[in-house]
Amino acid sequence: MTDRQEIFEAIEAHLVARGLDQDSITMQADLLRDLDLDSLDTMELTVGMEERFGVEIPDTELESLRTVEDAVDLIGRRIAVNA
Amino acid sequence: MTKVVVTGLGVVTPIGVGADAFWAGLMEGRSGAGEIASFDASAYPVRIAAEVRDFDASSHLTGREAARMDRFCQMGVVAAGLALDDAGLSSPDPERTGVVVGTGIGGLATIEEQHTALVERGPRGVSPFMVPRLMPNGGAAAISMRFGLHGPNHSIATACATGAHAVGEAALAIRYGRADTMLAGGSEAALTPLSLAAFARMGALSRRNDDPGRASRPFDAQRDGFVFGEGAGILVLESEESARRRGARVLAEVAGYGASADAFHVTQPDPRGAGAARAMRAALDDARIDPSDVEHINAHGTSTPFNDRIETIAIKEVFGNEAKRIPVVSTKSQTGHLLGAAGAVEAAASILAIHRGAIPSTINLDNPDPECDLDYVPEGPREESVRIALSNSFGFGGQNACLVFSGSP
Repeated sequence: MTDRQEIFEAIEAHLVARGLDQDSITMQADLLRDLDLDSLDTMELTVGMEERFGVEIPDTELESLRTVEDAVDLIGRRIAVNA
Repeated sequence: MTKVVVTGLGVVTPIGVGADAFWAGLMEGRSGAGEIASFDASAYPVRIAAEVRDFDASSHLTGREAARMDRFCQMGVVAAGLALDDAGLSSPDPERTGVVVGTGIGGLATIEEQHTALVERGPRGVSPFMVPRLMPNGGAAAISMRFGLHGPNHSIATACATGAHAVGEAALAIRYGRADTMLAGGSEAALTPLSLAAFARMGALSRRNDDPGRASRPFDAQRDGFVFGEGAGILVLESEESARRRGARVLAEVAGYGASADAFHVTQPDPRGAGAARAMRAALDDARIDPSDVEHINAHGTSTPFNDRIETIAIKEVFGNEAKRIPVVSTKSQTGHLLGAAGAVEAAASILAIHRGAIPSTINLDNPDPECDLDYVPEGPREESVRIALSNSFGFGGQNACLVFSGSP
């Protein structure tokens, strides 16, 4: 069972590896406004999480993502679907 | 006509990063070649290269910026930053400053990495950053964004002549009044498992695996190919008026630029050296100087059997009886062959020779090829004032570019 903390830490590790400041990455952080992630960054993050958790996340789902927490929830839902 | 001067140099090379470290490396006769460290090359017929060890992009890029770039692009931005620092140009006029920076190959490491991702994980595994990372104009684009330069911006790809063409074309942009300041040069970081195999299959690379420091030996009878290198070279060019207005230190003038095509063979030079000779003559004509005025040549000098013999023929063709008087040096003997960056790094070496009053040496020239009978300065650097220097660059595809630099009379 993958918990929310594990997903958050995977997102955090992915973003830190791409040069983001670890302190800026919180559940509430806005992907665009606080973390300055553009659509390519979000796409890359998604690909990284797909690989990490063995799930597929449809591109159409990405449009609704606003915060890190939204991403954690989305990945959690896809893991549940695939389980 | 608007005179174009060089006011800053930025280099990332296997023998030193920054103009001072690079020049110190040249004056010490240091070799940048070694066993390949960036990947396991033990199964290859060629296991040596001239890598930039411990390259650190953090001087001019945040971790975030660097992560979005291929290594060739990172090196280009760092070299551009070093060049601006060297020119004392902290805030160039955005509208009047442009960039011509090319690469011979582009983001090959990115292509290989992403192809592996495609094979292993399918189309969804491919990074959305693949295209911006691999594109050959990525370096010039990144430099404009990093330093806020809004002037003319483009890239050149003429294989091993890229850096020289970039400097020449950037100088023309200033002459035509399209910009007052241009950042010009090349960057290359194409040492990958695929390219090493490819260049080795061509027979282009030295196989002196047991003695890497002596593998690049231009004009020597035992030369057996070039040493694969990486790095970047960027020059700050300015109109003389712009340099004077801000009281800039002038390193040299870009006095002439000549270009030509062999129109002969995709990898072999024209056996008579006619294309190379045409480019040298064109550069001298452009500078309105007589061959007898040239005091130093930085040769293309790759250490391949073909190039060094034919470049020697071409130099004799252009300079006639004067050829044997001129110190002709291949700094590739020390740096290895930086492909698309070579022409700009060697332009920097030529400019430093003028500005610092010394001529580097061609190292490893133990037994000159009887057909290579010029003064290649094998004994070590010479303290000697140089007023006019010619820098030669000849690319695969038979694309040639030569630059003439001059110091104060």
